[in-house]
Amino acid sequence: MTLELSLNQQPAHARQGSSIGQPLTRRDGFLKVTGAARYAADNHPPGMLHAVLAVSSITRGRVASLDIEAAKAHAGVVEVMTPRNRPALAADPDAKDHPFMFRLDLLQNDQVRYPNQTIAVVIAETLEAATEGAALLSPRYEALPARVGLDDAESFVPRGVGVGGPAVQHKGDIEAGLKSARTRIEATYETPAQYHNAMEPHAIVAAWDGDRLSIDTPSQGLAMAQGRIAGLFGIAPQNIHIRSPFLGGGFGSKGMISGPQVLGILAARLVGRPVKLVLRREQMYGPVGHRAPTRQTLRMGMDGEGRLTAIHHHAKTASSTFDDFFEPAADASHTLYASPAITTSHEAVRLDTGTPLFMRAPGEATGSIALESAIDEAAHACGMDPLEFRLRNHAEVEPMTGKPFSSKALRECYSQAAKAFGWASRPLQPRLMRDADGFLTGWGMGTATFPAIMFQAEARAVLKADGSGLMETGAQDMGQGAWTAFAQIAADGLGLDIEQVDFRAGSSDLPNAGIAGGSGHTATAGMAIHNAGAAVIARLADLATGNEASPLFGAGNEGVLARGGRLYRRDDESRSESYAEILARAGLTEIEGHGKGAPDPASQETYAKHAHGAVFAEVKVDPDFGQIRVTRLVGAFAAGRVINPRLVRSQYYGGMIWGVSFALHEEAITDRRSGRIQNANLAEYHVPVNADVPSVEALLVHEDDPYVNALGIKGVGEIGITGTAGAVANAVWHATGVRPRRFPIRIEDLLV
Amino acid sequence: MRDFSYLRATSVDAAREAAALPGAMLLAGGTTLIDLAKCGVTEPDTLVDITHLTGLDRIEVNERGATIGALARMGHVADHADIKSRFPAVSEALWQAASAQIRNMATMGGNLMQRTRCPYFRDPSNFPACNKRQPGSGCSAIGGVTRGHAVLGTSEACIAMYPGDLAVALVAFDAVVHLGERRVSVDDFFLLPGTTPDREHAIELGEMITAIEIPGTAAARRSTYLKIRDRQSYEFAAASAAVGIEFEADGRTIRDLRVALGGVATKPWRARAVEDALKGKVLEPETVRAASLLAVEGAVDHGANHYKIELAPRVVARAILKLGETA
Ligand SMILES: Cc1cc2nc3c(=O)[nH]c(=O)nc-3n(C[C@H](O)[C@H](O)[C@H](O)COP(=O)(O)OP(=O)(O)OC[C@H]3O[C@@H](n4cnc5c(N)ncnc54)[C@H](O)[C@@H]3O)c2cc1C
Ligand code: SF4
Repeated sequence: MTLELSLNQQPAHARQGSSIGQPLTRRDGFLKVTGAARYAADNHPPGMLHAVLAVSSITRGRVASLDIEAAKAHAGVVEVMTPRNRPALAADPDAKDHPFMFRLDLLQNDQVRYPNQTIAVVIAETLEAATEGAALLSPRYEALPARVGLDDAESFVPRGVGVGGPAVQHKGDIEAGLKSARTRIEATYETPAQYHNAMEPHAIVAAWDGDRLSIDTPSQGLAMAQGRIAGLFGIAPQNIHIRSPFLGGGFGSKGMISGPQVLGILAARLVGRPVKLVLRREQMYGPVGHRAPTRQTLRMGMDGEGRLTAIHHHAKTASSTFDDFFEPAADASHTLYASPAITTSHEAVRLDTGTPLFMRAPGEATGSIALESAIDEAAHACGMDPLEFRLRNHAEVEPMTGKPFSSKALRECYSQAAKAFGWASRPLQPRLMRDADGFLTGWGMGTATFPAIMFQAEARAVLKADGSGLMETGAQDMGQGAWTAFAQIAADGLGLDIEQVDFRAGSSDLPNAGIAGGSGHTATAGMAIHNAGAAVIARLADLATGNEASPLFGAGNEGVLARGGRLYRRDDESRSESYAEILARAGLTEIEGHGKGAPDPASQETYAKHAHGAVFAEVKVDPDFGQIRVTRLVGAFAAGRVINPRLVRSQYYGGMIWGVSFALHEEAITDRRSGRIQNANLAEYHVPVNADVPSVEALLVHEDDPYVNALGIKGVGEIGITGTAGAVANAVWHATGVRPRRFPIRIEDLLV
Repeated sequence: MRDFSYLRATSVDAAREAAALPGAMLLAGGTTLIDLAKCGVTEPDTLVDITHLTGLDRIEVNERGATIGALARMGHVADHADIKSRFPAVSEALWQAASAQIRNMATMGGNLMQRTRCPYFRDPSNFPACNKRQPGSGCSAIGGVTRGHAVLGTSEACIAMYPGDLAVALVAFDAVVHLGERRVSVDDFFLLPGTTPDREHAIELGEMITAIEIPGTAAARRSTYLKIRDRQSYEFAAASAAVGIEFEADGRTIRDLRVALGGVATKPWRARAVEDALKGKVLEPETVRAASLLAVEGAVDHGANHYKIELAPRVVARAILKLGETA
């Protein structure tokens, strides 16, 4: 892995101060490598009991009986929570007030809707007693046949996909476009169900004090979780304090509070003592979301010059029988390639699984692997180099909407990554390259893209009498380094060195920082921080420039700049004053400012906002065994302002490795008869190990975007998985001549 | 979790005695045992910890062969200089097994005793039917997810694959398991499922593996272990081959050949038909490839594992040819 870091990539932004752009190491790194970081399950309040879920071993039906007596008779078992004695809730867990409210299984009845659904919770003095108690329940069921495959149920067109976008969208006349084409391709690809598998399982330590609730739990969205819990329990959100200083990964599965987490709170209420509940790995395969399987068909037409005349991207996917989340896979074709006619369409079935949810570029990753494979096929059908083909079809405006891009340095990404990779010497035909050891060698590429999303966030800044600063926002660090990047933005916003700023996050009693998801956290909470800092500096400048005793008197707010704990006159930097001096003169112990981060509706209307990238992959395939190894990955990404190049690279590496995972490793394997997942553990649900990713390089391509937000930040979290998955698949084709049609690609797919 | 008692054995005899009591099990590195206890597959009443016994972790190598104590760690044996030079296939089988962390914990004796990865076997609460766990209860795997199941040595009662790597190398070189005084060849130590898949090893109640002995041979000295899998590390074999070869003085004619297969059979699988077909022959790619097909004679697939029948002979052929190249 390439780890060299060039210093400050973005000198143009020096005006922002000295912190943004610096490759600082993670502020929480030391705590984590020494084990001092306290994760949710590390908390043990006095009197705490342990709760263990008993989960359904059938896929569909009802629980006919539970041996509660046997469980309760086990030494150490305190209580067994079932639908009969579960404390009342203020809201129906099956209610859905808005599309982002997902139905939860909270022991509302005896029905089983998917495997690993909770059917009881055993609460005991020890984890061991609770575990044995759960086993002693020996449930009996009335089971119904499981529906688990994409062909096992009747399909329909969902009302909305993803976050509610239309299931079917058209631009131009697709059939005419196909008809007029010189060359056409049609191809179908299948992607499997995948599970988030964060290292840290969902865990909660909940303690009630009257109607006040204190919770330690990993959350990607503290305020949302607080609101959801408040609604379920009928208490005020302010009565709920959630601490989530560290997450051991989330990948979308900790975006919404999950059923098991709420069950931990219910258990604590039932027994009147603090309760800890931690999911076992296999229990994460059901109630906390997953990526639904898809079957995608792409039809494309090209004219004599290799220009697309039509793209039809159709995706079949699945949701649960009781809730709606439809992987918006086909929407991947909205933004990348120019075509006079584009149709994207979805259909879905309802299966006996937990409800799928947002996972690692939901829709984008799934759609990207199919789209990039199809583009590769289309290029080949036209006899063109895949990069040349992509450049020929480069979208100057967003294809589906016709909006201009707020910024788009994709051409630079293509050229920088292609050069670093050595793409120019690639033969057009497959199966022509062999290395010295006789391995079939293949080079493939994919275009990466991800929307620049912003949510809503708030931050609070304080400047203290000693001139130091405090910045607070309930932001979430999932391991991506948010604490560090936000502290950098905070330091620049306050015009202080980073050591002078106390940055606080990860707790619900701080201002709402929105959700750490959609790759929008840095932009959203970052803007709130930036604005809170600016508000404080504005007040400070008022104090100084309005006071005759100040050397800054009369400069006006525009006439000063903040740097290193001092305000300077813009036109004469020899005249300056420290923050502490200004506060002291004004007789203030501190001043406070608030800031918000939100998308700008006007520019939202006008511009299409996306990050872009290009990924090139080299694979080697053993000609006899079909064994695939990715030997090289080079990606170049343009995603607006880089706050911290070290962290950003790390995000790209991570994303690209997940791309390899998508193409070659991840798959939940289901027993079709029972509906049960047969590899619900990390020994058999494969993700790449170090040996699978010997060389990953991520290039940061400069991009100024004046429209996304004042800081110019897009998102870097999820883009890496897009493009990469397809690049690997295309490299496999180039090595072998076999076009991968189902993912992950396995040995048997290449045994010819 | 069920209560169990823990007992630290002070001598081999004490360990054997304790392990003979009903519900007792030997505990070595624990990487299989604890795992299976968590799955609910094994429910020991007593764990007899043998890791504190002294002298059982010795690795002795001389002209006659190697004797490796049952408590030697996989990682140590893999890295042992004499094992590497005289039994390369054994070292290679070990370092390609599991993960570095597991290899540092796991013992040679425990490794031989590891159990199948059949997901149905490992999931008793959801799949009560498993003849290996519960004789006569049926086999949940047949008709289910079978990509990792065996194609050789199966029976109607059980198609579970033997997942280990080490024993594949051992069976190729006629290694012998020491059960105290009693000696059993590795080939005989592992049993075919037949109608009694619950009985996997020729080990009797009150017996314990004390050592593994591998005769030193020219074929063992020129040997290799080739393991094919989708993931580069930390995955059981899709198919593997342990191969050793000895040439006549001409350097081309095969005097002795050892071939064993992993990842495809219900036990470490010695492919004597391949050996016999090639012994006395000159090593030629075509001859080797044709003979390697004999490795899967009689193979029966269950759908998703069909590819193993294609793959295994290719792995055997490659391993033999690779050894030939180093002539
Ligand atoms: C995720 C994972 C991946 C793995 N991948 C591989 C792989 O790729 N290849 C591979 O070969 N193996 C693999 N393994 C298996 C691993 O090698 C074994 O778990 C290990 O060798 C067992 O040794 P142990 O000392 O930990 O045994 P334990 O778990 O202590 O014992 C295992 C069994 O052997 C019995 N036992 C232990 N010592 C003796 C003795 N001296 N005499 C009689 N009985 C005894 C115990 O009673 C128990 O039943 C993997 C394991 C895991 C968990
Ligand atoms: S294959 Fe063997 S171990 Fe697996 S379920 Fe069938 S009987 Fe049990």
